[in-house]
Amino acid sequence: MQVGDTVRNGVCEIEVTIKNAAGLHMRPAMQFVDIANQFQSAVSVSNGQTIADGKSIMQMSMLAATCGMKLKITADGPDSSEVVEKLRELVEVKKFGEPTPEEAKGQF
Amino acid sequence: MKFADFICFESIVADLQSKDRDGVITELVAALDKAGKLGKGNADKLTRSVIKRENEASTGMGKGIAVPHVKHKAVKDVVAAIGQSSKGVDFAALDKQPVYTVILLVSPADNPDRHLQAMEKIFRHLQQEKFRKFLRQSQTVTQIEDLLKEADVNPSL
Repeated sequence: MQVGDTVRNGVCEIEVTIKNAAGLHMRPAMQFVDIANQFQSAVSVSNGQTIADGKSIMQMSMLAATCGMKLKITADGPDSSEVVEKLRELVEVKKFGEPTPEEAKGQF
Repeated sequence: MKFADFICFESIVADLQSKDRDGVITELVAALDKAGKLGKGNADKLTRSVIKRENEASTGMGKGIAVPHVKHKAVKDVVAAIGQSSKGVDFAALDKQPVYTVILLVSPADNPDRHLQAMEKIFRHLQQEKFRKFLRQSQTVTQIEDLLKEADVNPSL
């Protein structure tokens, strides 16, 4: 899928996959919320069942986003494509600075 | 996941005696230990790990709630204790407000998904004002236990 697909004017939506073994626990969720809060756009994150405010740590903790889970990130505002790209990078490229299941093997 | 699946009802502390963060953590670890949930001789080490984690970043998420947590091989599945403080405790929370409800969560070292599912359950209810209010109004272990069981059958609570 094309990164930062713009659905309509000001709205940007992408799907990301959680790649770190521990999933979206509190520390990664904090990193996510910190980035989202640096932008003006409203950010929401859906796991298909629950939609969370991407700027609220409590709501993000309700996603129970385990490794391998897909999340839809939607941003609405003047900097929507920038925030979505930063968040995609955090989740899929930096992987919250944590190991993947393969990398985590032997740690437990 | 239901509260009944991971909250140890024997480890509910309706009126925490400690007035500071580390004391509360020690009290809740002791409550889990007393209920036999932590295996033998792990309590002190566990308390130190929880405090170390808390020093890295506060788990005081705002709205009077803190969820200190740690992974440890002493447990095979997620287990949690709940403590309430009527006076409030300084947890260096994100909103800088005192904490009245503390849920101490111990997760197995090798099952991150269970940890996330327990957190989901905790925050699904605790972010609701109604649930927080009922919890704050509960003054006995039985009242807290009843509220948690009610939440397990009533998702909107």
